[in-house]
Amino acid sequence: MNSNFKIFLKGIVDVSPLMIPVVPFGLIFGVLAIDIGFTPLETMGMSLIVFGGASQIVLLQLFSGGASSLVIISSVGAVNSRHLLYGAVVSEHLSDLKLIWKIIISYFLIDQAFAISNEYLKKNKERNRYFHLVGGGATCWVIWQSTTLLGIILGASIPEKLGLSFAVPLTFLALLVNDFRKFINVIVIIISGTVATLGYNYIPFKAYVIVAALAGLLTAMILTKTIKTK
Amino acid sequence: MSNWTLIIYCGLITYLTRFTMIALIKKEMFNDRIREILSFVPSAIFPAIIFPAIFINEIGLFQIEENPKILAAIIATVIGILSRSIIATIFSGLASYWFLIFVV
Repeated sequence: MNSNFKIFLKGIVDVSPLMIPVVPFGLIFGVLAIDIGFTPLETMGMSLIVFGGASQIVLLQLFSGGASSLVIISSVGAVNSRHLLYGAVVSEHLSDLKLIWKIIISYFLIDQAFAISNEYLKKNKERNRYFHLVGGGATCWVIWQSTTLLGIILGASIPEKLGLSFAVPLTFLALLVNDFRKFINVIVIIISGTVATLGYNYIPFKAYVIVAALAGLLTAMILTKTIKTK
Repeated sequence: MSNWTLIIYCGLITYLTRFTMIALIKKEMFNDRIREILSFVPSAIFPAIIFPAIFINEIGLFQIEENPKILAAIIATVIGILSRSIIATIFSGLASYWFLIFVV
């Protein structure tokens, strides 16, 4: 019992450094959602129900651009497809668990918790090692909900002149810092960004996010294949 | 669709992408090739949000002149490559943006 808690605590400690950027991210989300016209309750509901920074920002971005619900939902799905990878990677460590634990852990399978717990799960073989993932996820949950709330409260008092909406692309840019050093990733980034920018006004239904992502993935498929066969 | 319905659907799809693989995965369903491609998902999708937010202005037009966001984003990218730090990337970008709009 004690050891479950210890591993849970270890998860909290390990994930903490990654929580620093979550604070401005949560604040920005709260402020922007109110700014766009969501009610405080809806904004809080988004953080509680969706619990995913990238998904929620994409939701806001497309909603404010007047995209249809179908496009918003499928774009959120596309943004989230990276979770399929996380799930596939951690699933081998969770295969003995009861379904109820799988249901709970899935809610906490977010970028930061995955990043730190994946390392831990690989190195440690205790049967209750999944508490590490729960600890990391729960920490992020608390930070995300409280900064969303703070953003909602601060919302009106943050001057529009500060251009805080610019923090959105910066946050996503920051999530790519490790990819800028890899050649194929850089090409994929440029292709996707260019397609999205050029298609912004021309791709119907604001589906530019999906179209650009597919173009990027296609590029990755071709490049990884050609570079390997050389 | 009401805002709440939209939020719930977005929550559902987010949750399902997390849950499906944990609950249903059989290891052999995911070969190395699929793993490799999925590892490019962030690089393929985040720029689709980043680039328009920098180059498209409030009224939906492509703007390359008198656009401080471009220089700020370049500075943030360079800092990001050098530091590999998420927080340094965000703050250097915001700081240079504020410097460009308020000081310069």
